[in-house]
Amino acid sequence: MVTLVQDGNRRLIATVDDAARRQNLRPGMTAAHAQSLIPDLVLIDATPDEDEAALTELALWCTRYSPLVTPDPPAGVFIDIAGSSHLFKGEAAVMSDLCARLEAARFSARVAVADTPGCAWAVARFGRQDIVPPGKMSDVLGPLPVAALRLPAHTVESLADVGIERIAQLASKPRASLQTRFGGDLLLRFDQALGTATEALVSLQPPEVPFVTFAFAEPIGDPADLQRIIVRLCRMLADALETRGIGARRLDLVFQRVDNIAQAVRIGTSRPTRDAKHLGKLLSERLVLVDPGFGIERATLTASWVEALSERQTIGRHVADDESDADLGMLVDTLRTRLGPGRVYRLAPVESDIPERAVERVAPVAPPKGLSWPDDLPRPARLLSPPELVNAIAQVPDAPPAFFVWRKNRHRVIKADGPERILGEWWVSDKDIGLQRDYYRVECADGERFWLFRDAPAHAGGRWWLHGLGEA
Amino acid sequence: MPPPLTASPALLAELRQTMERVSSKRRRREVLPFGIASVDVALPSGGLALGAVHEISESGVRGAQAAVAPLFAAGILARIGGPVLWCLHSRDLFAPALARVGLHPDRVIYCETWKDSQILPAMEDGLRHRGLAGVVGELVRLPLTPSRRLQLAAEDSGVVALVIRRSSQHLEETNAAFSRWRVSPSPSAANQPLELGRARWNVELLRCRGAEPHSWLLEACNAKGRLSVPADVRDGSRPAEEQERASA
Repeated sequence: MVTLVQDGNRRLIATVDDAARRQNLRPGMTAAHAQSLIPDLVLIDATPDEDEAALTELALWCTRYSPLVTPDPPAGVFIDIAGSSHLFKGEAAVMSDLCARLEAARFSARVAVADTPGCAWAVARFGRQDIVPPGKMSDVLGPLPVAALRLPAHTVESLADVGIERIAQLASKPRASLQTRFGGDLLLRFDQALGTATEALVSLQPPEVPFVTFAFAEPIGDPADLQRIIVRLCRMLADALETRGIGARRLDLVFQRVDNIAQAVRIGTSRPTRDAKHLGKLLSERLVLVDPGFGIERATLTASWVEALSERQTIGRHVADDESDADLGMLVDTLRTRLGPGRVYRLAPVESDIPERAVERVAPVAPPKGLSWPDDLPRPARLLSPPELVNAIAQVPDAPPAFFVWRKNRHRVIKADGPERILGEWWVSDKDIGLQRDYYRVECADGERFWLFRDAPAHAGGRWWLHGLGEA
Repeated sequence: MPPPLTASPALLAELRQTMERVSSKRRRREVLPFGIASVDVALPSGGLALGAVHEISESGVRGAQAAVAPLFAAGILARIGGPVLWCLHSRDLFAPALARVGLHPDRVIYCETWKDSQILPAMEDGLRHRGLAGVVGELVRLPLTPSRRLQLAAEDSGVVALVIRRSSQHLEETNAAFSRWRVSPSPSAANQPLELGRARWNVELLRCRGAEPHSWLLEACNAKGRLSVPADVRDGSRPAEEQERASA
């Protein structure tokens, strides 16, 4: 399948799909030529306007990963994840998440992460490596064809005429002669890809999103100044949010530097809020990530994810509980911003007999379910994960151990209770088939309590494992 | 030569109260009684001071595992209403055990802090939120300056801070904690020699502002987080309500 554009009175191929590419069809061929090669070719008129609109929409969707997103027509999107990859636990996680979501939405996409937009562009289209490690750009770019430098077709052709096909060849040529022969664009693209020339991307501003912006007469860079700016921006944004009756769930603070590079900071909140003080505090926590360079000339604060937030009385005699509730959301936000989103949570019971599986993490401010674990099963305060093999001796088979050695210490068992037999959940995992544990609670001579199990009956050669310590 | 000082108990008590008033910013420190007469009488104002830092360590070779201390802490928090922030030192805490001593899972927010350097600021943030019932931190060390910061934050908000020490060393370091406790398992007495009865703990108050060190042999927290005096030990010290619960 190919799409066609009208060029004068010729119809040219604009894009080709994978099947057509395998048949050696290329953009720029005439339709008649292509049809003569493949008689049953499917021809569709290209709709560049719709393509561009769709690309913009895709780019808007990409703002979930970072506030700095630039559509790159005809078929690319730049996402600056420098300030936000920590929210997804690293660049690799951003990439796999992005790929998985695009695939689910039936986009075929190639993704690359690199230090410069030019390098990422090249690797995504011509390279093999997904994440280019910092400082390794020249190694990765070297073997790629010169077309990877975002050059016009005629420049690529004239380079090919003189035998330059790879970027590495380009690097060994004298710059002055390249400039006179192929124009300044070539060197600019080359430098941009390698990071010796900076490239400013104009990021997309999502419509209908509350934002406040501040331009400075003099570039600022002092952390204390940035701090003050954050406070003012937050106050302005809070007012803007209040008039619309919404609260922010995610804020993006973008500092535009004098050298036209944007530095972004992103924070998330666990529930919608427009408390300027709280938001300011969260943003300040991440201020260490901002490199002011030679100065910052503009700061923009955007509430990129908002939710309805109705007015609520928070001060008064009878609303104390409510207030503490709101406080908790702020505490959770502060800890999440500092430690990472996945590291603040509550635990909820799971119906499983296997102790390791009896607990699951839930969101820290999720509405309480009121569920707890069965209260008739004594459980240890510390669970060893994985259980530790111990040397134990039972006086009679299938009885609790008389003593055991754990971490080189010998424990004499005085009292014991059990067994509590736990069978594997074969419907969860194949490894569970045949899993059987006989748990014993034991008390040693000094009163310490342990939770041991034997992984098979004694006659079947069951071994003893220590799984937990302490008990109430 | 001045006459020798004779300290009458009444005078001393009055002095203590004055000191208490002067040293504490709050008008009167709120306390949480243990509900055990022999314990409460040994604590200033008759209970565990809220809005203060209490350090709980565990004796023995496995002090670093601190298997009983979290239960002791959870038992205290179970008797205070409101959410709890628990700053973890490692992945070994097993929440079902906390639920068994009355700390419902819906009330506890865990944060994976892992290191003392992250636990201390997280605890301080928690202590500044008045809505919390308490903050628990599992710390390896609690030096003087951080403990003072925690103590001040706790005094301001009235939130109780419980520090579980995950170490068997540096336990004697001086710090600004209001009290220092040591909990260790003790052999349980059961009617039948091989049966596992309710666990018993040796609870020691090693140091406390305005109180003398003391130790008790107590039965582990029940499902409501209450400790109790074992039936066969010092019967006279048990209050009537405890006896009723035991017989019920």
